[in-house]
Amino acid sequence: MTQTATTGAERLPRNSERGESPSSEPAIVCRGLRKSFGSTHAVRGVNLEIRRGECYGLLGPNGAGKTTTVEILEGLTEPDEGEVRILGMTWGENAKAIRRRLGIQLQEAQLTERLQVVEALRLFRSFYPSGPTVDALIERVQLQEKGRTYVRDLSGGQRQRLSVACALAGDPDILFLDEPTTGLDPQSRRALWEIIESFREEGGTILLTTHFMDEAERLADRVAIMDHGRILIEGTPTQLIQTLGGAHVIEFEPNTPMADHELRGLPGVETVRTRGGMVLVTCEELHLTLPSLMDLLASRGMELTSLTTHRATLDDVFLARTGRQLRDE
Amino acid sequence: MSDPGALRQLTVTRVRVMLREPEIIFWVFAFPIFLAMGLGLAFSDPTPERIPVAVEEGTLDDGMLERMSRLNPDLQLEPMTPADAADALRRGEVALVLARMDAEVVFRFDPTRSEGRAASAATDRALQEAAGGTRPVAIRAQEVEQRGQRYIDWLIPGIIGFNLMSTGLWGVGFYVTQSRQSLQLKRLVATPMPRGYFLLAQILARFFFLLVEVPLLVLFAWLVFGVEMAGDALSLALVVLVGAACFSGLGLLACSRARTTEGVSGIINVIIMPMVVLSGVFFSPTRFPDAVQPLIQILPLTALNDALRAVYNDGLPVTAAAGEMGLLLLWTAAAFFLALRLFRWQ
Repeated sequence: MTQTATTGAERLPRNSERGESPSSEPAIVCRGLRKSFGSTHAVRGVNLEIRRGECYGLLGPNGAGKTTTVEILEGLTEPDEGEVRILGMTWGENAKAIRRRLGIQLQEAQLTERLQVVEALRLFRSFYPSGPTVDALIERVQLQEKGRTYVRDLSGGQRQRLSVACALAGDPDILFLDEPTTGLDPQSRRALWEIIESFREEGGTILLTTHFMDEAERLADRVAIMDHGRILIEGTPTQLIQTLGGAHVIEFEPNTPMADHELRGLPGVETVRTRGGMVLVTCEELHLTLPSLMDLLASRGMELTSLTTHRATLDDVFLARTGRQLRDE
Repeated sequence: MSDPGALRQLTVTRVRVMLREPEIIFWVFAFPIFLAMGLGLAFSDPTPERIPVAVEEGTLDDGMLERMSRLNPDLQLEPMTPADAADALRRGEVALVLARMDAEVVFRFDPTRSEGRAASAATDRALQEAAGGTRPVAIRAQEVEQRGQRYIDWLIPGIIGFNLMSTGLWGVGFYVTQSRQSLQLKRLVATPMPRGYFLLAQILARFFFLLVEVPLLVLFAWLVFGVEMAGDALSLALVVLVGAACFSGLGLLACSRARTTEGVSGIINVIIMPMVVLSGVFFSPTRFPDAVQPLIQILPLTALNDALRAVYNDGLPVTAAAGEMGLLLLWTAAAFFLALRLFRWQ
């Protein structure tokens, strides 16, 4: 598992160079956001504070309210209640100034199919007063071979890279990425991660929504886990995993049910949960807990249908909090 | 200020996307020509078994007409007022008009249409025989050669007007709705793009296509049917430009709230269909009852067709159609004003 332990304070003071707002202001702040669509309460009281230079991951299953939250922050959706400040400014007063400093990649939005890559980038570049050249954008997202290719002929990964390039056209301070790697093959995902990481290394702020815990763990400095329109827990990936009480998860399926307290008595065991016929045990030291678990099972004459172990992930955190898995639809 | 290049880029984008959609190219450029060709041929070369002839009132008495009809049952002699007779000849509904001029009977026909001469010969035979043969009726052939008097002359400006209407409504309305439905519009709105530029670019792209679409039709009509543009090119350009702006504005209005292309198609058809019938594209709106005339006269396509015909057929300067131009500009301003207020960006 990769961990990113750096904090926002260590990065370049990118935004202060422009002198438009005090760099002490957080990149994104929102308080008490609420939004309903008819009888559906999509967002039910969300508070966020995202520092400059930070990559912040909003993690949650589909329908958790991530996209609605992000579109409110992006000024594309009006909240029913709540306050939003972007780089110290509000949408009501400074919409134009904010727009120039945001790069936005939307989850479903398309680019015109009948444009070539360079044409699409030239179009988006023309909307911003300053920013990299079209060639530099193409190079940045590794689409040099595809400049004259029509958008409709690009693969899913190439389209997504173009979409991010369009978001980078105005040299933004904040990059919003909504489910950027959904539907992509592993290689395309890694290519996109590298682009996102290079933007952060230059001091940019990123708000990323995803339902892939590995993506959040790799890219995000801090993560908020969202479900049913609320934030359940927030912190660095390490902190969140620590809330599980153990760095390892043993997952097994015994042929007869076992009492939780028997397992809790084993050396090194932190938590015990059951899910269907599966038992999930978290522990700090795998080499202490696993042998004694096997001994216990043997002494009862029990058999195992399956047994796996893995390092604890954000998926386990979500499971512990909600009893569901992130990718359950 | 944002880069003024944004407007140029948006316009160029719209033109590119359009040029890359072959089916749209067909509707914009080829369809009006096919329409003109079909109607032009249909009305200029019929092979009628009956010979329709308009007889201006007072030209021949009823007994005479009856005798002529008995002598040649193919003759279909219809008494009409001079104005109706001229209209019927122009539209190709009759092959010949009989009129009285002093002691002579005038045979008036369109020399470009083959049936005119044949009808003259047949009618002359019947007329002389009906008169008793001993006292021949003096006749005089009169070819209707005035420019703008044939049906095709009258039709071509109507086709230009029709084309400006349909390409304005479809070209703007359909594309914008498609952009909204596929969330392209939402993506653009997420940038600092000045929103008015997007709308303006639709109109500018429309103007770009006019440069091809109208001259092509004018050239076609001249080469194939010998239709000459009587007025000056600048007047025609002004009328076309204002007409295109008006229907682009109505296109924006049509799509200002539409969420789906199906929805906007319905709206556009509701706008187009009545005007195709009422506004004098294929036949003169004077045929409708007087009660509906005020309604017909305020329709933008009626104003556009009248202005186009004033320049194209009557050779008048654009100033002669000031009333029509004013009405078009009023429609344009109202359409843009409402469209901008109602426009849904996502």
